[in-house]
Amino acid sequence: MTATLDNPLIRSRTAPALEREELLRYGRHLLLPEVAIDGQRKLKAARILIVGAGGLGSPAALYLAAAGVGTIGLVDFDIVEVTNLQRQLLYGTGDVGRSKLDAARDRLHDANPNVKLELHATRLTAANALTIVREYDLVLDGTDNFATRYLVNDACVLLGKPNVYGSIFRFDGQASVFATEDGPCYRCLYPEPPPPGLVPSCAEGGVLGVLPGLVGTVQATEAIKLILGIGTPLVGRLLLVNALDAQFRSVTVRRNPTCPACATGEIKELIDYDQFCAASGGIGAGLDAVPQIEPRELAIRRAAGEAIQLVDVREPHEWEIGHIDGARLIPLHRIQSAIATIDANAPVAVYCKGGTRSALAVRDLQEAGFHQVWSVSGGILRWAREVDPDIPQY
Amino acid sequence: MSLTISLPSVLSRLTDGQRALQASGATVGEAVADLTRRFPSLSPRLVDDRGEPYPFVTYYLNDEDIRFGGGFQATVTDGDELIIVSAVAGG
Repeated sequence: MTATLDNPLIRSRTAPALEREELLRYGRHLLLPEVAIDGQRKLKAARILIVGAGGLGSPAALYLAAAGVGTIGLVDFDIVEVTNLQRQLLYGTGDVGRSKLDAARDRLHDANPNVKLELHATRLTAANALTIVREYDLVLDGTDNFATRYLVNDACVLLGKPNVYGSIFRFDGQASVFATEDGPCYRCLYPEPPPPGLVPSCAEGGVLGVLPGLVGTVQATEAIKLILGIGTPLVGRLLLVNALDAQFRSVTVRRNPTCPACATGEIKELIDYDQFCAASGGIGAGLDAVPQIEPRELAIRRAAGEAIQLVDVREPHEWEIGHIDGARLIPLHRIQSAIATIDANAPVAVYCKGGTRSALAVRDLQEAGFHQVWSVSGGILRWAREVDPDIPQY
Repeated sequence: MSLTISLPSVLSRLTDGQRALQASGATVGEAVADLTRRFPSLSPRLVDDRGEPYPFVTYYLNDEDIRFGGGFQATVTDGDELIIVSAVAGG
């Protein structure tokens, strides 16, 4: 038996009936008048796309599957790494080395075999985004970079699909619902991305493992509310999650009347998002031009007795994990005040975890008059892989 | 005028660990300048070379985005709260 759906968000115009097993499985939903059988049928008819099966995508996918969302699309192209397990609950230790989508399929099928999974083993790009997003009722943004966030936003705006947004860093999280008919979009909140290098990634700056759980479940909640058409969606508000101070608060997000995506219609098609995100000027601009030294070359030159000063610009707690012998710790935010203590007449090699902070430091040193100064390419992680495997990866 | 400025935790290492600070000024811009005077390393994270707000940092004066209420010229009343939110992309 089918019934007609009254939620224009859901592309399927009919709601499939619930099987006996489903009535039992979703019994606690069926007791809620706001859900009940009609709502559960809407969930079954719904098609939700999750972009990024990582920290945010993990809890979101698990809860949406458990809730009985009929079709879940997952976009990801990574393999499961040990460092994912601290927060990406879709995966277990035995999944390390597997593709995330394969591991997610098994876990989600176990959570709820009624859910149809559509696996998109690709990076979301301007070339494929409209084709993929078009097939879904709404999108849950669980990506980990600015370029894909602007891409998801613009695709959602162009196609008229809600964008259930979440992002995290260290102890702070943000969530909102963008690109609804009357609401603002991501570009209304952030017209331009930060320049590369200014905002570290979670891989560089860290993230409390439970934080994506808090934010990803907010996203799942909002997605379910939109499908059910209940409550007050997080449209026009930005939820700020401050895990350190246990504060959840929301601030107003207004539709920007000059927004090129959702207001003026200036953006009529998807653009080159890598270029858009690389084009911003400011503190991180031009980092690509910073002189680099390969870890092996640095090791050879030091072993040959060349007096190269080695500066580690990470934080003290990272230094404790491991550091290169003979290095001196000067955290990046203290480099300006420590410049006078570094010999400008001798060569300097600067390293961090992955190479971004060291590039910023090298630029500071160049501006201070240092001529022989390099950023160690790939940071201590690459040094550990290529020169000294005793240094732990983190 | 005195107001409270709330910072994201990532910037608090530039303010000796403080996430909520008092600042003075007649406008949001003056209050932010007061803060960056005391913590100079905050400046490049909050404002551009001309001292104007970045498009990827949002300032909420009592929960309202200042871009829709005068920007850095928005006037401040005693006891106001300014929340500073940086764009982050982690997922």
